[in-house]
Amino acid sequence: MLDPVGLLAELTHRCPLHCPYCSNPLALVDVGDELTRDEWVRVWSEARALGVLQLHLSGGEPLQRPDLTSLVGEARSLGFYTNLITSGIGLTPVLAERLRAAGLDHVQISLQAADRERSDRIAGTRSYDAKLAAARLVKALGFPLTLNVVLHRQNIDDIAALLAVAEELAADRLELANTQYYGWALRNRAALLPTRAQLERAEPLVQAARERLAERMEIIYVVPDYYEDYPKPCMGGWGRRQLTVTPNGDVLPCPAASQFGATFPIDNVRRRPLDSIWRESALFDAFRGAAWMREPCRSCPRREVDFGGCRCQALQVTGDAWATDPVCRLSPQRALIDAAVRTANAAPAADSAPALAYRWSAPRALD
Amino acid sequence: MSGIRPAARPRFRPFVRLQWDPVRGKQVLLAPEGALVLNETGAAIAALCNGERSVADIAEELGRRYERPVDQDVATFLGRLAARRLLEFAEEQAGNA
Repeated sequence: MLDPVGLLAELTHRCPLHCPYCSNPLALVDVGDELTRDEWVRVWSEARALGVLQLHLSGGEPLQRPDLTSLVGEARSLGFYTNLITSGIGLTPVLAERLRAAGLDHVQISLQAADRERSDRIAGTRSYDAKLAAARLVKALGFPLTLNVVLHRQNIDDIAALLAVAEELAADRLELANTQYYGWALRNRAALLPTRAQLERAEPLVQAARERLAERMEIIYVVPDYYEDYPKPCMGGWGRRQLTVTPNGDVLPCPAASQFGATFPIDNVRRRPLDSIWRESALFDAFRGAAWMREPCRSCPRREVDFGGCRCQALQVTGDAWATDPVCRLSPQRALIDAAVRTANAAPAADSAPALAYRWSAPRALD
Repeated sequence: MSGIRPAARPRFRPFVRLQWDPVRGKQVLLAPEGALVLNETGAAIAALCNGERSVADIAEELGRRYERPVDQDVATFLGRLAARRLLEFAEEQAGNA
């Protein structure tokens, strides 16, 4: 068994945004159930002893935790590389300076689209101006900045403008990653899955920007796996390198894995040491390595490349967690993915897409 | 890697941290989306990347220490780090402005 390298700490599910592709589960953890500061510090110290090096502080919106600065300081003194994954909402100059002083290493800010109207509409709240201000603040304080944009049918046509915004903000890294269809995003899939023509227009623009900005900005571009022939090596393999701890202390092999609660007991750091969960829990053990695989994965030469793909996608799309990831061309259930792709390409453009179901509630008027 | 010039002076990008990991008993390079556990040679090369020493300087110093030519090892290792965008190179100023 390998040592874990990264831990995603979902500090809270509270968030001022309502993105319709939110990676949090449909059922959110209540604020009263959140791990306390001391509980997080204990979990991180157990994680460090397990070999975890990178700590991704996420949510929800991690800035909603009033004890964030203290948490960052503890994380740094434990020796982690600390990465704040934020909407930018709530990042005041005072707080940003405190986080810098506490040793925060890197900041990732999300942007929903290149222009104010569309970004605010997708986020379900007025947030664009605050995000740009937060990004400028982060750079002014000398933090390295990653700008993250979840791409989909309703913003992928703006890719040139998104690249321009990232360049203007002097982002060190730009992640242009198409939506992954779990949870909220699966519910909204028909409104989010881009057409093939949209992807064909986006790709050369990304390539050109990569060449032009090579020395200044790293550009990560991820196409929807629905348009790929083989699945992604999800999380670098189940229970292999990464783990997620939810706001109430549940430990998962990936952020989307809470849905496995119907099949396996979900272990919690309040009841079991992290070391024991990583090494022995039923959920982590279930899809680790290759022993769980059936055909066509079992004898596939790619099984050490993609590890059978994504377990959450297999469960959600086929109803069978042990199935080959249905995006794989070799999956007997690829037709389920092809049908969604056909539907996406039958309708011509973004504005004809169905209405979005926003996280938590119906979209509110922007005040 | 052939793209590394002997006169180039490598340094880690500002968001990269080189640190000792007591759990693994090894030096590690930490960055936003990945950590690299270094072997002894890698750690020795990494320790000399300060933006002032050239690739040739690093190879010479380690060649003396290990009493064998290490130019190729140094170039290969630094090429790998550069490909992962962990390193940048301060070229000689002359002729490059």
